[in-house]
Amino acid sequence: MTDAYIYDHVRSPRGRGRPNGSLHGVTPIELVTQVLRAVRDRSQLDSSLIDDVVLGCVAPHQEQGANLGRVAALNADYHESVAGMQVNRFCASGLEAVNIGAAKVMAGASDLIVAGGVESMSRIAIGSDRGAWANDPKVAFKTYYTPQGIGADMIATLRDYSRTDVDAFAVESQQLAAAAWAEGRFKQSVLPIRDPLGLTLLEQDEHMRPTTTVSSLAALKPAFIAMGEAGYDSVLMQRYPHVEKIRHVHHGGNSSGIVDGAAAVLIGAEALGSAIGRKPRARIRAFASIGSEPAIMLTGPTLAANKVLRKAGMSRADIDLFELNEAFAAVALMFMDDMSVPRDRINVCGGAIAMGHPLGATGAMLVGTVLDELERRGLGTALVTLCVGAGMGTATIIERL
Amino acid sequence: MPTHEDSNLSAAVAYAVDGDGIATLTIDMPGRSMNVLSDKMTEELAQLIERVATDAAVKGAIVTSGKSSFIAGADLRELEKLAFGLLVQDPGALLQHVAKMGNLWRKLERCGKPVVAAITGTALGGGLELCLACHHRIAADNPKAQLGLPEVKVGLLPGAGGTQRLPRLIGIRAALPLMLEGTSLSPRDALRAGFIHAVVPANELLSEAKRWLLGAPRAVAPWDTDGFIMPGVINGQRTDESAAFFAGAAARLQMKTLRNYPAPAAILSAVYEGTQVPIDAGLAIELRYFATLLRDPVAGNTVRTLFVNKQAADKLEARPSDIPHSKVEKVGVLGGGMMGQGIAYVSARAGMQVVIVDRNTDLANAAREHSRALLVKAEARGEEIAGGIEAVLSRIKPTADFSDLAGVDLIIEAVFEDRGVKADATARAQAVIPSGAVFASNTSSLPITSLAETFARPRQFIGLHFFSPVDRMQLVEVIPGAKTAPETLAKALDYVRQIRKTPIVVNDNRNFYTSRCFRVFPEEGMAMLAEGIAPALIENAGRMAGMPVGPLAVADEVSMQLMFSVRAAEKADVGAAYVSDPADPVLELFVQQLGRMGRKSKAGFYDYPDGDKKALWGGIQKHYPQAAVQPDVDHVRKRILYRQALEAARCLAENVITKPTDGDLGAVLGWGFAPYTGGPFCMIDTIGIRCFVAECEALAQAHGNRFEPPELLRQMAANGELFYPRSG
Repeated sequence: MTDAYIYDHVRSPRGRGRPNGSLHGVTPIELVTQVLRAVRDRSQLDSSLIDDVVLGCVAPHQEQGANLGRVAALNADYHESVAGMQVNRFCASGLEAVNIGAAKVMAGASDLIVAGGVESMSRIAIGSDRGAWANDPKVAFKTYYTPQGIGADMIATLRDYSRTDVDAFAVESQQLAAAAWAEGRFKQSVLPIRDPLGLTLLEQDEHMRPTTTVSSLAALKPAFIAMGEAGYDSVLMQRYPHVEKIRHVHHGGNSSGIVDGAAAVLIGAEALGSAIGRKPRARIRAFASIGSEPAIMLTGPTLAANKVLRKAGMSRADIDLFELNEAFAAVALMFMDDMSVPRDRINVCGGAIAMGHPLGATGAMLVGTVLDELERRGLGTALVTLCVGAGMGTATIIERL
Repeated sequence: MPTHEDSNLSAAVAYAVDGDGIATLTIDMPGRSMNVLSDKMTEELAQLIERVATDAAVKGAIVTSGKSSFIAGADLRELEKLAFGLLVQDPGALLQHVAKMGNLWRKLERCGKPVVAAITGTALGGGLELCLACHHRIAADNPKAQLGLPEVKVGLLPGAGGTQRLPRLIGIRAALPLMLEGTSLSPRDALRAGFIHAVVPANELLSEAKRWLLGAPRAVAPWDTDGFIMPGVINGQRTDESAAFFAGAAARLQMKTLRNYPAPAAILSAVYEGTQVPIDAGLAIELRYFATLLRDPVAGNTVRTLFVNKQAADKLEARPSDIPHSKVEKVGVLGGGMMGQGIAYVSARAGMQVVIVDRNTDLANAAREHSRALLVKAEARGEEIAGGIEAVLSRIKPTADFSDLAGVDLIIEAVFEDRGVKADATARAQAVIPSGAVFASNTSSLPITSLAETFARPRQFIGLHFFSPVDRMQLVEVIPGAKTAPETLAKALDYVRQIRKTPIVVNDNRNFYTSRCFRVFPEEGMAMLAEGIAPALIENAGRMAGMPVGPLAVADEVSMQLMFSVRAAEKADVGAAYVSDPADPVLELFVQQLGRMGRKSKAGFYDYPDGDKKALWGGIQKHYPQAAVQPDVDHVRKRILYRQALEAARCLAENVITKPTDGDLGAVLGWGFAPYTGGPFCMIDTIGIRCFVAECEALAQAHGNRFEPPELLRQMAANGELFYPRSG
């Protein structure tokens, strides 16, 4: 078996996921096309060397449908020989795209892959594909389908995280993200998105609110009370009948932001380095996906992290930095508790609460973010993980070279 | 001139063709106050619909009723037989059988001739489905008529096209709640809702129907026309509104049914799936879901207990038949407390004169005011109050003077549950009432025979045990004492019928049937608490078992103080024969030591903060620390249900109740025992007696001999018997 290396990565800034967001006027295919061009051009790649483009996208219908992976490659003037596919493992799609790319390289089936993702949440809303899971009453019933916010509040209830606990974490995410941007830590990897005239539409994550405080967050009403009372609290408690009542603590300020974004990671075999004139930056050491209880949904990261550590023959102590998608503050608190991860080793540049979570792209963005940070700090290993819809979890370990 | 063919037609449906070629089918079942769609009726209609379709002389048809109502729905006794028969075991054969009615309505719809439903009155279930398959629907303007699809209430769904036609007529959002709740609408409301076309005076119904037919209307249903678009669908895609509705509906249904009632889920799926395809495919989908519901025990058990057997009980099948019918004109209620108030209310509403006697006039007046409050609420709900609120109230005379009881036909004693207090009230009433009056006690636990000794005429003494709140609870336990005469029993049953409640006759025993069985529910909850099972788990399991609230909440409602004092009284009465229960120390702790009596004292197993929802008391953990290993919720559910069912079985074995139907009615209507089971005896049959006995033995091993099955069950298991024998 061959090793799979990360040669480069690039991402768009994350636009606010609303009609007034700076990327709202950019079609999803245009957004990811600019990112695909950039990842090619940064290395002055002959795109015919690329075997495949693997793009994560969680609402792959309408203008995000018809296999964005292949079509965006064509749109980006990649050589016609470059295949493409779209992949959906919900929130981990971007990371799963990276893992699929790595697997193909390790298996010797491909030599060079562009793996990433795209999601224009301001244009194609989450859940707009109206899949069976939430919408077919028989399936929703059978699987105890519960929206993830209720699951997050259940985690807070089970683990006894108070409103202040989750809000304090959210404030940290904001402050770390603001500091990281101010220090220019993202500069080398964030691609300004431009209009057809070449004018910049967006060059910085715009969801951030650096002046957030615990007391400013305290003014926000919990977002999932009405939904819970309409039936979902009961559904989840039927799955967890030792709970008397779900304490609702999550809201827009301590949950991942809805944003638009795209990302791409260049993954290849060692031999490709000379062909493309680049040194590899990191080795993809191991990756894993798991399933866990789908109704509470958000408990995957610990299981996925433990599995990938096992696969890599490593222990928690061998990991220098963690990058966990901040779907909800309670998810992060639980992961830190379960894995005994100190706060200063995880999401050290802030996370999705501050910067947003463009569903299909986030996983790839997290890989890039933590790789840049490993390089900046001179550290060796990182573990990237996300909680995933329907109780899955995905994790990847990278090793800086 | 009647042909040989005509003379074979049943008298149930008259058929006539007039000079304009209009065939009128008049449904009028002999010997029944309302038409029902029995197998025989469906057969007859099939023959007549065939004639309409094939007779060239027929240009159009009117379907109407010879009664003031149209069709009340299915024949429930046939439904019960079908649910418990052999046919349900063969899915293919069952599907063929249940398809008949729907296929027939579809045939009518597509026969190529216009058909109008002239709806004389109430049209429910299959009766309304027949109307929906007609091309035009007009109803007589009768505000009391009910048009609806109530199949969900018997654990079924509208299986003759209702789930497919109603949404196609009025949209999914409007149709679903009507079917999920089984709501009925008046003709005017049905017109507003959009599923009938016109409301006309009753005497113009047929002429209006004919007028429409003579206008050469199209004989095609909307969904059979090209380019038909269902409300709520755009470009073949469900609108976001409709889609979101299904997601929310699934959650709401899980919250309300706690997964015990399959019918609403099947209705949702029949509509969700059926409205994505053309109508014939939708009808096929509906039929399959209908058949699965029929095979589910909930449907059969629900029809059996809540409809067939309840109707029989309401019709006083238990009444001694050779005794002439009686009517209570004037009733005296002793005690204006919670029970007395409610008894006075229902009696006054039934048209009786009521005298409420209490210790002083203030208390008696307050009791009457309770009736006023209930009447106001009832009126606000849209109920008709015959004669108006003041007329009803004028029939209630509050007093502190026992001599006002002169001339009563019936006394209902509802004073404090204490022998001394009861004896005093009895003596005072006895002094003034006519010698022929019946004296009934509302005691919930004291054996009637013993109370009858305090009355001069024990033959005329009986127990009439009501349930709180009296205005809403359907059940009355009727308990003859050892000396109670058959005439007294008959009169008591006649009274129960007058107030339109459901009686069960129970043999005299401490705690009778309901109190004895009901109390094991909170007791088992307390027993589990004492074992270290998490209180939230106990409560959720209780609700998930189908009980209206958790056992600890019920203990708070009933008042632990009351439970404790009943236990104490029992101990005092029976001495060494007293059998202690694991709940006893829990009651003693909460009542004697902690002073936490229940909801009335705002502190029990729950705290009851002002202006907020109740919450489990945090102090429970200190007294009953949670065990490290908690049981599965299904195990807790089982203990809760089986404990009650075992007590019911013991009551049957000891002849406290004499038949399983009484046990089932008493359980469901008296204390809300898991209605989807049809009652404890239906539940035991469904589980299978052998299996039930084996499971109880395992529970007895694990948790104590209160789970030991009685000998009756062991014998039935050995002989392969059922409480409700199947007729094949």
